[in-house]
Amino acid sequence: MASYNLSINGHNYTVEADSKMPLLWVLRDVLNLTGTKYGCGMAQCGACTVHLNGNAIRSCSMPVSAVGNQKITTIEGLSADNSHAVQQAWIAEQVPQCGYCQSGQIMSAVALLKRNPNPTDHDIDLAMNGNICRCGTYPRIRKAIHRAADLMKQQPAKSF
Amino acid sequence: MQKAKSINRRRFLKLSGLTGAALTIGYYLPVLANDSETIMTAETADNLGIELTSWISIDKTGKVSLLNHRSEMGQGSFQAVPQIIAEELEVDLNQVSIAFATGDQHKFGSQVTGGSSTVRGSYKMLLRTGATAREMLIEAAAKKWNVPKEECYALKGEVIHRPSNKKFGYGDLVEEAAKLTPPKQVILKERKDYNIIGKSLPRQDTPLKVNGKAEFGLDKRLPGMLYAVVERNPRFLGKVKSFDDSAVKAMPGVKHVLKVQMPVFDTIREGVAIVADSTWAAMQARKVLKVEWDDTGFEHVDTTALYNRMKEDLKKQSLSERTGGNFEVVFTKSDKKVEAVYETPYEAHACMEPLNCIADVKDDHCEIWGPIQGPDWIQSDLSERLKMPVEKITVHMTFLGGGFGRKAFTDYTAEAALISKEIKAPVQVVWSREDDMTQGPFRPGAVYECKASLNNGRIEAFQTKMAAQNMDHQWPHANKAHFNGSTTEGFLEPYFESIDNYSFADIPTESNIPVMWWRSVYSSTNGFAYESFMDELAHAAAKDPLDFRRQHLNNERYQALIDTIEEKTGWKSRTKNEGWGVAITECFKSVVGEAVKVSRKADGKITIDRIVAVMDCGWYVNPDIIRQQVEGSIVMALGAATIHETHFEDGKAVEQNFDKYHMPRIMDVPDIEVYIMENDEKPGGVGEPGLPPFAPALCNAIFDLTGKRIRKLPFNLNEI
Repeated sequence: MASYNLSINGHNYTVEADSKMPLLWVLRDVLNLTGTKYGCGMAQCGACTVHLNGNAIRSCSMPVSAVGNQKITTIEGLSADNSHAVQQAWIAEQVPQCGYCQSGQIMSAVALLKRNPNPTDHDIDLAMNGNICRCGTYPRIRKAIHRAADLMKQQPAKSF
Repeated sequence: MQKAKSINRRRFLKLSGLTGAALTIGYYLPVLANDSETIMTAETADNLGIELTSWISIDKTGKVSLLNHRSEMGQGSFQAVPQIIAEELEVDLNQVSIAFATGDQHKFGSQVTGGSSTVRGSYKMLLRTGATAREMLIEAAAKKWNVPKEECYALKGEVIHRPSNKKFGYGDLVEEAAKLTPPKQVILKERKDYNIIGKSLPRQDTPLKVNGKAEFGLDKRLPGMLYAVVERNPRFLGKVKSFDDSAVKAMPGVKHVLKVQMPVFDTIREGVAIVADSTWAAMQARKVLKVEWDDTGFEHVDTTALYNRMKEDLKKQSLSERTGGNFEVVFTKSDKKVEAVYETPYEAHACMEPLNCIADVKDDHCEIWGPIQGPDWIQSDLSERLKMPVEKITVHMTFLGGGFGRKAFTDYTAEAALISKEIKAPVQVVWSREDDMTQGPFRPGAVYECKASLNNGRIEAFQTKMAAQNMDHQWPHANKAHFNGSTTEGFLEPYFESIDNYSFADIPTESNIPVMWWRSVYSSTNGFAYESFMDELAHAAAKDPLDFRRQHLNNERYQALIDTIEEKTGWKSRTKNEGWGVAITECFKSVVGEAVKVSRKADGKITIDRIVAVMDCGWYVNPDIIRQQVEGSIVMALGAATIHETHFEDGKAVEQNFDKYHMPRIMDVPDIEVYIMENDEKPGGVGEPGLPPFAPALCNAIFDLTGKRIRKLPFNLNEI
């Protein structure tokens, strides 16, 4: 067990955890931030996607000891009121069915749009191919990302 | 008794956050089948000592709370159920909050969310309950104003006196209304007057599912809760011979190590549970656990042997059949015969939320939380296993991260309860992805032998034999001589009228692999065989595949469906061998036709250009949820047709995680067009019927383009 200072969604946390414990389980079991999901435990499905300094990573395969000073953003940190353009677009396109994978889908989409504010269908497919959805919401995810790109042009930039 | 009922009502009021006096009305399901169902107020029910189904409650502030008796696993019951009630209650959906009901079959009847039954099973009851509450509120307002109730009407949470335009909010009326006797008869609105039903209103659960707030089973936490993982025997009938937990007990966070038995149909799965203070600690400790298994005395099956067995089984006499006319006589004499054999794979459900369950078993009661499709089944199952009365077992449904049939079973909940009982603490049993993928139950694979003869371009005789494991035969005391109708699932009903000689045979193949419902059940594989074969027959008859079906479907409803497929695809203007395929199947009282267009790209690979689906589910609630369900069904079908399969080797499932059991990804899925038929047929299922026609439509399209007939799933689109 060791002590780690983590910056998550703009707050500082001190956690006691095994150095090998993946960030996923620190978030879920230690900090009770359960919006980030366990899906496969081997970076195959993307359900556990969070941001480290704005980049999408699979938290199931990132030991807490490797996080260091990097800023973590989880689905809970995207907005307090569903006002983020990607959340708005997800609601407008009625993307979620069961909803379990959607935290990860949304975090991947936010990271994509940060890198590429005007993605083509092909850009979207490449960026989102690591996120599995068993309910088959893929066509709506594609539409929602285009919609979010449009919304972002109308909205002032968000910090995340 | 009286006291217990009142506590139940108080619990509902607490659950729904209602304050003070309220109008709570619900359904009383009579014990005797010939008694009619009765709607009554909570007060009356209390006085009579009756358990009431508390569907609707309105408090003094006008807040409406509804209880959803079915589970929400993505299919939209969380939206469809309130949408039906709100229509007749005359409230906006945003005035309504929704809570999940706990498991109670005496209150709700069957709550098992399966068979695409939520809307079609309960819509009438939901409409009547909403209308009854509305009429009571109108009557209460009329009394207060001292006017005839015929002069009053309800709209958007208010009762309005038409001549004077005076208004009361529902909240002002609940006290008065709660004293009234619900009317025996209510007039339901006509479909043309609907404002809420039939509209694509946004789902109430969506905002919770874009910010991490939706609570799934795996997200639920209780004070003092421990976490468990179980190393179960990877062979389905294997036993624990011994285990060495010395290293495990030295691992940080580990609290208990114990042998457990999980009931699976009429067999027992043995394993060793590790209980720790976090999921991760339990998973780490599992890595150092050493278990010696006893794997003697049963078959270690592998996929090749299993399919060979099914093919051998096809030569056997079938147990029983659904027949019409005389297939053998007519087929034998025919000079235009077509025969084909089709194979479909075993599949895992692969819900994105792996199985999990929280159990808190005390000496005199038990509570369960989890992603659950069948809360009332779990109640009766645990009542028997824990030797507790049913009413001492409370089953809480969380949101489900996918279900597809898997979470309607009672194995994972029974195992969690047995662990909690043993360690005397609340415990969340977490299945790893590997556990979820390898422990089953699986969709059974099947081999179909289809034969038909043609006369004058029409089918004169049609026979199919299915060799597959029979899901119904696994239960304790199953009648293995019983024809369960599984082989006719998915086949269009009018074909039984238009084909004079037919025979459907079901030959159960023996294996110890546990199998069960997987989205659309037997239709998911039958549809591939029957609608591929129908295409082969059309080709043999030198007919257009839609025209060929049309001439065997002497029924307006099906003709209209075909018209719509033709219109939406531009079917008649397509060119020869352009790469179009079509299939139509029927299950859960809905009919779905799907057409697929494929082409070959410059690199030689087959690509899907268009997918057009036409859903006829009769009377419907929310078209956008129907579109979601059909889109999802098609993606799931695409995976089972072209991407994934569970193999078995030496008695164990081979594919353990998404690195081997590949899933459809965003790149594999083009846009999907969904059209919904408008008619006044009874409501049919929505969650499953979109799945079966996709695989045959795709394979028929590939035949149209390439001349290559695909008779075995899955196949690789890149290798045609």
